[in-house]
Amino acid sequence: MLSSNLLAGKVALVTGASRGIGLAIVKRFALEGASVYMNSRSEGSIDELAKQISADFSADVQPLYFDVTDSNAVQKAVWSVAKKSGRLDVLVNNAGIMRDAMIAMSSDSLIRDNMAVNFEGSFYCSRIAARIMMKQSYGSIINLSSIIGTVGVGGHSAYAASKSAVIGMSHAMAKELAPKGVRVNVLAPGFIETDLTENIKSERRKSVIDQIMMGRAGTPNDVANVALFLASDLSQYVSNQVIGVDGCMVT
Amino acid sequence: MNNNELLTGAFSEALVIDKSQVTNELQYNSIKEWDSVAHMSLVAALEETFDIMLDTDDIIDMSSVLKAKEILAKYDVKF
Repeated sequence: MLSSNLLAGKVALVTGASRGIGLAIVKRFALEGASVYMNSRSEGSIDELAKQISADFSADVQPLYFDVTDSNAVQKAVWSVAKKSGRLDVLVNNAGIMRDAMIAMSSDSLIRDNMAVNFEGSFYCSRIAARIMMKQSYGSIINLSSIIGTVGVGGHSAYAASKSAVIGMSHAMAKELAPKGVRVNVLAPGFIETDLTENIKSERRKSVIDQIMMGRAGTPNDVANVALFLASDLSQYVSNQVIGVDGCMVT
Repeated sequence: MNNNELLTGAFSEALVIDKSQVTNELQYNSIKEWDSVAHMSLVAALEETFDIMLDTDDIIDMSSVLKAKEILAKYDVKF
């Protein structure tokens, strides 16, 4: 893949970056010249991965360990990026979980877990990143929602609620931060081949893909390419948008 | 410049008010210049002036100039 250096000189933080969409975004940003902090929860778990990506893309990619549901840890970690690199230009709130169940079987803890990681985690990271970006009068926050958060899917009420919450939060943040030069947008992936979807049975998988007019599941790179657009100055007049990355999924 | 003068300057600049208005008694939302939007500018000014990072709870609790001094003391900024 060719680089256009769209993110040269930019500093980015991607949460939940050890695999899937997060990892694809880290690699895409690194290829485009950004300094990237890739987040994971487990201390030491992505040290080697970060080194490998740095070498592969001749980029500055560093691991940053914190749990997005721990607001104190989030504040310290995000602030450390600004202290170390002097700025933070792009935040991608990608860390997420999908705990699905029929509504009558959705336990209290299932509801809380979905909300804690998908919504609260995104809020905590955005809250401190916004303060840094406002001081710079520059920044792009990219929040990962889901097609399930925009149209709903049976059996995913709690997950859908958490991803809809991300959209509501993003609309409000976009309006508050636009006068300060900070953009906030949402990506709503459809059916993407990741760890979250690998255990879906083949029959169900076929029926989902039948709903995708492009006839195939998406890849993490499909999402990373749109994240690149939102992170770069190509989208400098774009904020408060929810962009579906779903291959024209009919729902 | 001592810390009192730095604090007064930060308040004056962030809220766009005269330095003479920056007294211990000045309270959040007591003047039109110190509203929620200006409060974020004030936080940024204080963080930059004293090279600190305020916790979210402290941002919420910063309800007056006097309270700001008490909070800043927690970050080793003495008055």
